[in-house]
Amino acid sequence: MLDTKNPEFSSGVHESKTLNLTSQTRIHESIIKGFLIFSGVFSILTTIGIVIFLGQEALRFFTDPQVSLLEFFTGTVWQPQIFKFGILPLLSATIMSSVIAMFVAIPIGLCVAIYLSEYASPRFRGIIKPALEILAGIPTVVLGFFALTFMTPLLRSILGNDVVQIYNVFSAGVVMGILILPLISSMTEDALHAVPNTLREGAYGLGATRLEVSTQVVLPAAISGIAAAIILGISRAIGEAMIVAIAAGAGPNFTINPFEAAETMTGHIVRISGGDISYDSLDYNSLFAIALMLFLFTLLLNIISQRIIRRFREVYE
Amino acid sequence: MSQTEKQDRDYFSPKYNGSAPGLFEDNLNKRHRKGRIWKVIFQISTIIGIIALATLILKILNDTMGYAAIEYKQHPDALTSSGKPLDQMSCDELWPILSANVSKNRLRTIERDTPKDSLSQSGCYNLVIFEVAEPTAKKTWSLLESMLNYDEIQAITAEKYPDGDLQFKVWLNKSFILSPQSDDPLKAGIKTAILGSLYIIVIVILFSFPVGVAASIYLEEYATQNRFNRIIQTNINNLAGVPSIIYGMLGLAVFVRFLEPITSGTLFGIGDATTANGRTILSAGLTLSLLILPVVIINGQEAIRSVPNSLRQASYGMGATKWQTVWSHVLPNALPGILTGTILAVSRAFGETAPLVVVGAATFITFSPENVFSKFTSVPIQIYQWTARPQDAFQNIAAAAIIVLLVLLLILNAAAVLLRNRYSRRW
Repeated sequence: MLDTKNPEFSSGVHESKTLNLTSQTRIHESIIKGFLIFSGVFSILTTIGIVIFLGQEALRFFTDPQVSLLEFFTGTVWQPQIFKFGILPLLSATIMSSVIAMFVAIPIGLCVAIYLSEYASPRFRGIIKPALEILAGIPTVVLGFFALTFMTPLLRSILGNDVVQIYNVFSAGVVMGILILPLISSMTEDALHAVPNTLREGAYGLGATRLEVSTQVVLPAAISGIAAAIILGISRAIGEAMIVAIAAGAGPNFTINPFEAAETMTGHIVRISGGDISYDSLDYNSLFAIALMLFLFTLLLNIISQRIIRRFREVYE
Repeated sequence: MSQTEKQDRDYFSPKYNGSAPGLFEDNLNKRHRKGRIWKVIFQISTIIGIIALATLILKILNDTMGYAAIEYKQHPDALTSSGKPLDQMSCDELWPILSANVSKNRLRTIERDTPKDSLSQSGCYNLVIFEVAEPTAKKTWSLLESMLNYDEIQAITAEKYPDGDLQFKVWLNKSFILSPQSDDPLKAGIKTAILGSLYIIVIVILFSFPVGVAASIYLEEYATQNRFNRIIQTNINNLAGVPSIIYGMLGLAVFVRFLEPITSGTLFGIGDATTANGRTILSAGLTLSLLILPVVIINGQEAIRSVPNSLRQASYGMGATKWQTVWSHVLPNALPGILTGTILAVSRAFGETAPLVVVGAATFITFSPENVFSKFTSVPIQIYQWTARPQDAFQNIAAAAIIVLLVLLLILNAAAVLLRNRYSRRW
C-alpha cells in the first residue's frame, strides 16, 4: 500500500522532478500493433491473391492461340479434348440449377419468414429457428448425397424413368433450394423484424387484417432487406459446388431440359480438378478462367446485396 | 370512364346516400377468409422446411442399416468340419482353417502384420472371414425396406443370389470407425478420414484463430475511420461471400504450386521426397483457414463490439495503454463470444468438400497421416467418393460416414452453444 502521507513518498516526487508523464515508446506494443495491422491487411492480400493467381492462369488460357475470346463467351460446346471452349453449356446449367433453386427457396423462404415474424408465438419461433439453422449448417456434400439418393429416385418414380435421367439438374436445383431456404428466411425475418412496430399498429388501427398488415405494410417496408437476401441467395446458388457435382451430372450439356444431366461451372471444376490433371495444360488453365468468371459474378452480386443492406439500415437505425 | 373511377363515383350515387352500412363495401368476411387461407399457406411453408430437415435425417439413418445379400467365395459354414459356428471358435481353432486355405506367402504376410498372439477372438474371426470366406455385398436394402418387405427381399435373394446369405447389417459400427479405407465396402472404414479431418482442423485453428482475432482487434480497437480501413472492412465482408470453390482454386495455385517447397515439406527435409508435391494436409489446412478467416474476423468484431465502452474508459482512466486495455479488459470479456464464433466457423471448415477436392485430396489412402506433409483425405471427401460409386453398399457406408460427420459437427456446435450460454454476459 502506498502511504501518500509518508514524507518520503511525497518528497520523492517533488524533489527528483524526474517523473516522466509523456507517453513512452513501448517496443513490444509497437510489435503487437504491427502484427494486428498485418492481420487486418492479410484479408486484402487474400483478395489480391485471388485476383492475381486466378487472373494469371486465366490470362494464359485466353492468350493461348487455340482459344478465342469470342468463342469462349458464345460457343455452345465445351470439349477441351478437341479444343472447344464455349462456356455456354456450363453457364446454362449453372443458371438453370440456380433458377430452380430460387423457385423453391424464395416463395417458401418468404412464407416462413412472414410466418415466424408476424404470426408465430415466441415459443414456436424458438423451436423452428434453430431447426432451420441446423438445416443451413448441414454440409453440402450431405445434401448432394440426399439429392442423388432421395430426390432423384422420388422424381423418377413420379415422372417416369424415361423422362428423368439418373443425374439431372432438377433434383440438384431443388435440394439447392432447400440449402438456400434457411438463408433467405432468416435474413428476411431479420428485415421484417427491423420494421418499427408503429407501422403495424397504425395499420391495425385503420382496420387492416393481419395478412394485410404483413403483406401490404411490413413487407414493402422491408423490401430492401428482402432483396438483399434474395441476391445473396442467388450468389450462394451460383457458387454452390458439391450438390451439383454429385447430382447434376458429369459432362457439359447445352440443354434447357432440367431433367437431363448437365454440368455446371462449379461441377466442372470439381470433376476436372479431382481427376489427374497436369499443370499448365490448357485444361488446367481453363478451370481458372471459369473460376475467375465465377468470382467476378458472385462478387458483383455480393456488392449489390451489401449496397442494398446499407441503404436499408439507414432507414431504420 | 375507367373501372376505378366508376366505382369511386358509385359511393356518391343516390343508393348509398343516408345509409351508413352501405357506405363501405362489406367485404370483411372475404378479407378474413383470405387472411385465414394465407395463414395456412405460411404454416404449410414452415412445415415444409421442417419436413425437409426430418426427411434428410431419416433418409440417412434409413441407409445406415438393413438387410444385405452377401455372397461368399467359400461359405463360412462349409469351412468347419465340427459343425461349431465360426464365431464361437477360439483363435487356436480358427488358425488352422486360415492356414489351410490361404497361400503360404499370404500366410507369412498375415503373420508378419498381425501375429496370432496379438489378435482377439473377433480379430481372428474377421481374419478368417475376409481372407478365406471373402464375402461380397451383392445387394443391400434400407432399414425401411427391410422391415416392410422381408418376404420380397428373401425371394429376390433366393432367386438372384442362391449361394448368398441374407444378413442384417448395421453399417455404422465399431469396425467402420476404426478401420482404414478399403476398396471393399464390407471392410472399409473411416479412420484415415477422421484423422485427416482432425489434422486439417488443428491447422485451421492454429492459423485462423490468432490471425482472425488480431484482425478483429485491429479493426475494432485500433483502426480509425479512414479510407484504408474502410476498404479492409468492405473487403472482409466481400470475402465472406466468395464461393468456397474459389478458395480451392486459390489454394491450388498458391499453396500446392507456388509454395510447393514449403507445403510438401521438402524444404525442411521431412516430406516424402519421392512423391513430393504440395497436395498435403498443410495445404488443405491453410486453404480452409483462408476460407473461414473472414467469418472468424466478423464474429470476433461483433464480440469485441459488445464489450461496453465504460470498461475501456475506466482502464484508460487508470493510465493503462491501449494494448493493456485490450489485453486485460476487452479480450477477456469478449473471449466467450470470439470462441463461439470461431467454433462455428471451424465447424463450417469441417464440412467443406469442394475446396479440398480442388486442392487435391487423395482418392485412395489406407494409411493414417504421419505429419502435416502427408497426403490427405477427410470425412466429407470420403462421403463424396463413396457417393460417386455405383454399388449399393457404398451408399450405405456413405450414409454411415454422414452420420459420423453430423455427430462430430453436432459436438462442435453444442460446445459453441454451451460456451455461449455459460460465459456470455449481457451488458
